[in-house]
Amino acid sequence: MGDVINTCSDESWFYSNTVKDHFFNPRNFLKSENPPADFNGYGVYGSPACGDEMKVWIKVDPKTKKIVGYVWKTFGCASAIAAASICSEMVLENNRMTIDEAAKITPQMIIDRLGGLPPRKIHCSVLCDKALRLAIEDYNKK
Amino acid sequence: MNKFVYLDHAAATPLDSRVFEVMRPWLEGGVGNPSSFHSPGKEAKNAVETAREAISKILSCRAEEIVFTSGGTEADNLAILGFARANSAAGKHIVISAIEHHAVLESTAQLEKEGFKITKVLPNKDGIIELEAIKAAVRPDTILVSVMLANNEIGTIQPISEIGNWIQKTRGEKQYPIFHTDACQAAGVLDISVEKIHVDMMTINGSKIYGPKGVGVLYVRKGLRLQPLQFGGAQERGIRPGTENVAAIAGLATALELSQKEKEAEGARLVGLRDKLISGILSVVPKTKLNGHPTDRLPNNVNISFLDIEGEALMLYLDAKGIFVSTGSACASASLDPSHVILALGKSPEEAHGAMRFSLGHSTNEEDIDYVLKVLPPLVEKLREMSSVKL
Repeated sequence: MGDVINTCSDESWFYSNTVKDHFFNPRNFLKSENPPADFNGYGVYGSPACGDEMKVWIKVDPKTKKIVGYVWKTFGCASAIAAASICSEMVLENNRMTIDEAAKITPQMIIDRLGGLPPRKIHCSVLCDKALRLAIEDYNKK
Repeated sequence: MNKFVYLDHAAATPLDSRVFEVMRPWLEGGVGNPSSFHSPGKEAKNAVETAREAISKILSCRAEEIVFTSGGTEADNLAILGFARANSAAGKHIVISAIEHHAVLESTAQLEKEGFKITKVLPNKDGIIELEAIKAAVRPDTILVSVMLANNEIGTIQPISEIGNWIQKTRGEKQYPIFHTDACQAAGVLDISVEKIHVDMMTINGSKIYGPKGVGVLYVRKGLRLQPLQFGGAQERGIRPGTENVAAIAGLATALELSQKEKEAEGARLVGLRDKLISGILSVVPKTKLNGHPTDRLPNNVNISFLDIEGEALMLYLDAKGIFVSTGSACASASLDPSHVILALGKSPEEAHGAMRFSLGHSTNEEDIDYVLKVLPPLVEKLREMSSVKL
C-alpha cells in the first residue's frame, strides 16, 4: 500500500471529526450474532491476535448486481470502526453500488472520505475494503 | 460541568503545589550555575546539595551516591549501559525481568548488539518475579541483575528485598553480580531504603511522585564503576556531566519527602478506592479479568482485560466521557505491539489488546470511582455489540 497518500495533516493521535462521528455513531453494524437469512456474501479479514479483525456481510440483488444490504462487525480500534462504518455508507448511498463498483473501493478512497488518518493507523486499520472484496468473491462463488 | 476524571497517574502525576513553591525561586530568579565560584553559583550549588542530602536520607545512603539525571529513562540507561560497559571485563551476562520498562528492555537490547547476553526472567501468572526464577537465571559470568520494584502496567510489587538479599549473600566477597531496581512507580508509596531492599543501584523520577518532569535520580552504591553516557563536565562526579537542573532537582527532593511522609495514609486511602474499582468492574461487567496480583500491587493500580474489545476504542469512548486511562492495546502504542507485560503473564494477544489501566492518585475520590462504574458498562456493551470476536 505504498501508494496511499494521507490527507490527515495532524501528526498527533487525534482523529478527524468525520472519524470521530463514525466512531461514536457507527452506521450499519450487525447488532445480532447472525445476519438476515437472505444475505448472500460474507468476508472476513485480519486477526484479533493482531488487534484488528473485520467481518462484512452483503446482500446482492442477483438481477441488478447491486449491493442492497451491508452489515459489518469489527474487533478494532477507533479508525477500524470508523473505516468500517464509512465504507458501508459509500456502498449503500446514492442508489447503491454494484459489486463491480464496490470491488474497486481502495483504502485511499476510504481514508479520503474519513478526512485522513494518523500515519501509523493507515496500514493496520483499513481492512474493510479487503473484507468487502472477499464478501463479493464469496457471492460470486455461490 | 465537564467531568475530568484523571486515572493515568502511572503515566504522569500533576505537580504538587507545595513542590512548585519550592521550585519557584529557581524558575523566577536563581541565575547561578552551580559550577560557578561566585555567590549566585554557590547558592545554586547549595540548593542541589541540600536536595541530594534530603534524598540520601530517605534512601539511607550517602549523599555522594545520588546522581541526578534528566529522568527515569536516563537513569535506567545509565545504570544498565553505564555499568555493563564499565564492567564487561568481568562478564557479559545480564539478567532482567521480562516485564521491565522499555528504558531497561531497550538498553539491554542495545547491549546485545555490543556482545552481551541477556536472560529475561518471566513472571508467574500473577506478574510476580520469583526469587527461584532469578536464581535459575544467574550464571558465573552474570555482572548485573535488574528487576523493577513495582511494575508500571499491572502494579505488581516484586520481592526486591528477597532477591537483593540472595544476591548479596551469593556474591559474598566477590564484586558481581550487582543488583539494580527501577523504582519509578514505587518511590512515592513503598519503602525505598536501599539498605532494607538490598539494591546497589536504583532509579527514581520526579514525574510519578507529583514532582516535575525531566528529572530523575540514579542511586549508585559507592565503589561501583559506571561509564558515562555523555561527556563535557565534572558534574555528578563525571558520571553525568551537564549543568544541573536546579529547580527540578529541588522539586524532586521535596516531592519525594512529601510522598514518603504521606505514603501510609494516602496508600490506605488508595487501596480502598482501588479495591472498590476492581470489584465493581469485575462484578458488573461480564468477561473481565484482573491482570496482576490481587493484593501485592501498588495501591493506585487497576489493570483489567475486557474480552472481545480493543483497548484503544474503549479508551477513546471513556475519554469522551471525561475519564482518562491508558491501554495495553497495540493500537494505542507507538510500536503497534500489544503490551509485553500482559503477554508475559501468559495471556493471549486478544487479552493484551483489551487491557485497560486505571491508575489512581491524589485527586481521585469515591465519586470518581462511582462515576467510572456507572459510565463504563454501557460503553463496553456498545463495543461488544459491534465486535466480531466472542472469546
